[in-house]
This record gives sequence, C-alpha cells and structure tokens, in this order.
Amino acid sequence: MASETKKILFGPVLETNPIAFQVLGICSALAVTSNLKTTVAMCIALTLVTAFSSFFISSIRNHIPSSIRIIVQMTIIASLVIVVDQFLRAYAYAISKQMSVFVGLIITNCIVMGRAEAYAMKNPPVSSFLDGFGNGLGYSVILLSLGVIRELFGSGKLFGIEIFTLAKDGGWYVPNGMLLLPPSAFFLIGLLIWAIRTARPNQVERAEYQLSAHTKAQPAH
Amino acid sequence: MSSNDSTGKTLLVAGALCIVCSILVSFAAVALKPEQIENKQADKSRSILAAAGLLEPGKKVDELFKRVDVKIVNLETGEYLTEENAKTDWEKAIAANPVAYDQRKAAKTPGQHEVLDAAIDTASIKRQPKYATVYLARNEAGQVETIVLPINGYGLWSTLYGFLALKTDLNTVVGLGFYEHAETPGLGGEVDNPKWKALWPDKKVFGENGNVKIELIKGSVDPASPNADYQVDGLAGATLTSRGVSNLVQFWLGENGFGPFLAKLKEQGV
Repeated sequence: MASETKKILFGPVLETNPIAFQVLGICSALAVTSNLKTTVAMCIALTLVTAFSSFFISSIRNHIPSSIRIIVQMTIIASLVIVVDQFLRAYAYAISKQMSVFVGLIITNCIVMGRAEAYAMKNPPVSSFLDGFGNGLGYSVILLSLGVIRELFGSGKLFGIEIFTLAKDGGWYVPNGMLLLPPSAFFLIGLLIWAIRTARPNQVERAEYQLSAHTKAQPAH
Repeated sequence: MSSNDSTGKTLLVAGALCIVCSILVSFAAVALKPEQIENKQADKSRSILAAAGLLEPGKKVDELFKRVDVKIVNLETGEYLTEENAKTDWEKAIAANPVAYDQRKAAKTPGQHEVLDAAIDTASIKRQPKYATVYLARNEAGQVETIVLPINGYGLWSTLYGFLALKTDLNTVVGLGFYEHAETPGLGGEVDNPKWKALWPDKKVFGENGNVKIELIKGSVDPASPNADYQVDGLAGATLTSRGVSNLVQFWLGENGFGPFLAKLKEQGV
C-alpha cells in the first residue's frame, strides 16, 4: 500500500482521530455505547455513510455551486442515512429499534459533514472515499473501546454474553451502574483524550492565553 | 462569476440531485418493505407473547405463537365476529381470515370505524375501529389462560400502541407492554423499561363496583394503602406520558373499549 493511501486511511485512527483530536461526533458516542451490539451497528453505519457521502460529494465537487454546497452535501448524506436506516429496519430490526433516533441523527453528525466540507470538496473521489472510511474507523476505534468498557464494567457482559458473574446471580462482580448512563462516556472520552495527548504531545492545542502572574500585595502606606 | 455559480447551473444541480436522491431513497424503501413488514409483524407477536408472559428465551416466536388464538371482537356488542354473523363483505373477509385483520388500518378505513365524541374519547384516539383483535393464550393443556387486549392512546408526543394481558378472572393483570411509541427517550420512553413493566403483573383493574380503577399515580405506590392493588408508579419526569397510559388503559377497559366484551366473557365464561 502506498504510504500516501496509508496515511489517508489510518491517519484518522490515531493522528487526527475525529473524536479524540477533532472532538467531533461526541453526542452519538454517548448515546449508543452502553452495549456493544448497538455500538458495532452504529460504527458500521457511520463508516459507510461517511465513506460513501465523501465519495459522491467528491465525484460532483466540480459541479456544486458554492451557494448551495452545504445543502447539496446534506441531501446526499441524508439520502444515504435513510438507505442505511431502511437496511437496518429490514435486516437488524431489534438493533434499529434500540438505536431509534440515533440512526437518523447520523445526518447531523459533525464527522460526516466535516469530512465532506474539509476534504471531499477539494480531493478526488477515491482518496475522499478512503478519507471518509478512515475517519469512520477512527470513530469506531473510540466507540468500540467505550462500548467494551461500559458494557463489561456496567453489566458484566460483552455482546450480551456474560463475562463477569454478577453478585445478584451469585457471582462476585457488583456492576457499576453509572457506566450504563450517558455521562460516564464523557468521563471515559476525557480520560482517553488525556491518555492519547500524553502519548502524543503534538496533539495538545496551544494555550489561547497565558495567565499573568499575580500582583504582589503591597504594604499599606 | 464562474459558470458553476450561475442561476441556471444552481437550479440544474439542485434539481438533478433531488431526482437522483429521491430515486435512491424510494428504491431502498420499496425494495426492503417486505422484510420490514415481516419484522414488524414478528415484533408485534413477540410483544403479545411478552404481555402474556409466554416469551421464553431461545424459543422461536412463531412456535410459541401457535398457542395463541386470534379472535375478532365487535367492540359495541362484545361478541366474536364469525362467518355466520358477518353481514357486509368486509366483515366476511375479516371473519374468513382473522389473522390478517389490521385494526389500525381499519381505524383509517371509512365504514370500518366510529368517530369518537371528544367527551368519551379519553385516550385521544379520535377514531376507533368497530372490530378489535383479541388474543387468547392457551396453556399446555389447551385451556385459555390469558386474554391479551390491544390498547392504544395518546401520550405526550405520539400514540402508544401496546397490549394488556389479563388473567381469566378478567381482573388481574398479567402484563403490559408497548411495541410502538415515540415518547421522549429516557423519560416517557421508559414505558419500555422492564423494571417499570414488572410493576404491572398482579395489579387489579376493576374496583368492587365494577368500574375501572387502575391508574398511574405520581411517585411510588404505598404498599400499605388500600388502593395499592389498583395503582402503578408513574414514570418520573413524564407526567403526560403517565397520564396518557392511565387514560388509555382506563379507556380500553371501560364501556367504550372492551367493556362489553369482558362483560360477555364473564357471563359466558372464558
């Protein structure tokens, strides 16, 4: 694989991760990660939508009038999301029922729009497709790690299969109920961003201002 | 001004894009419809079994559903619709194939529903079908054990569709569940919460004088209260959804709902 392609595809996984580095798409990361089944479905759906919307937008990028470009992007993204939603309803009904509005909300996911506007509008279709796919992968990596932590420690299961026997069923593990609530994903994402930025200090944003030193107290005259 | 930004080009691109996208979307919707309908049907059957407490993990829904008889009830008289007492063509068609009858469709079909007067329409359903489907679940021995009634009514944002299952004493709740609604996730959407649904079994619906007494109350039910058997905890942060559920349960069990049918069952025995 050419190094350029590799960079487009895997760069967003660690270097410019859409959640950890660009801090986009947080809302769905909170909502669907309380169990792995919906997490996986969401990751696949979002990766496909980002990849294909980038591809289609890039294919017609030279014909999009700049005055309506955001609407054009939205129309393409929305159509793809509806198609994905229809597929889920047909072949994964239980999961689609659990994800309810969050499939539809992929339309407003900043990652999809962000990649369309930032990359697909300026680059050829194939690399746009890879870029979208790569960003989907970056999103998936974070979501899956959240999903694993939240389901494992929140309900002692992975994919609904029991890993830790719960105390109430005669086992030893007392589940942490807070992990099943959306705010826990905030804490976990925060910790992940901290870990990644400690390992790669170049991702740390420059401080916007410097606190000036305290003025020293002067003795009264 | 580049040619891309001319009015003509803008309209052309917008128009062409809309046509292409709408073809794509409608193609997907039409092509996948049969599977979706099948899923919805299976989900409804699962919901009926769940309300009746018959759902067993690892068993096929179709298999379990064989123990359920589907009957059509005339809501006004409370009698079963049979091929003998069906008068019009559409009634005959329903009697011939009760499983295919869709009372939600009937509520929209002219001639097959009654428009309810606002004064009696406490569940805010506006149009009520003349015939409703009821499900009689049998035990292993073939004895009818549970009667599952379809219920619906307005909550806060949406009409809730679900099932209420009663024991053969026609007074004790076996279970309640909704299979379709669009209430606020986390608040009214908690009608799907298994913990809340577990509050329903063994509640009593009719008071001593025969009126519908069951209701959702604000906060938790005090077990010491003499009315504890008739009360279910309301949903926290979802006053209007709770009120809606109260209303729709009371409406469907009352004289404008399944009242006549339940009276008939009591008279003739299940």
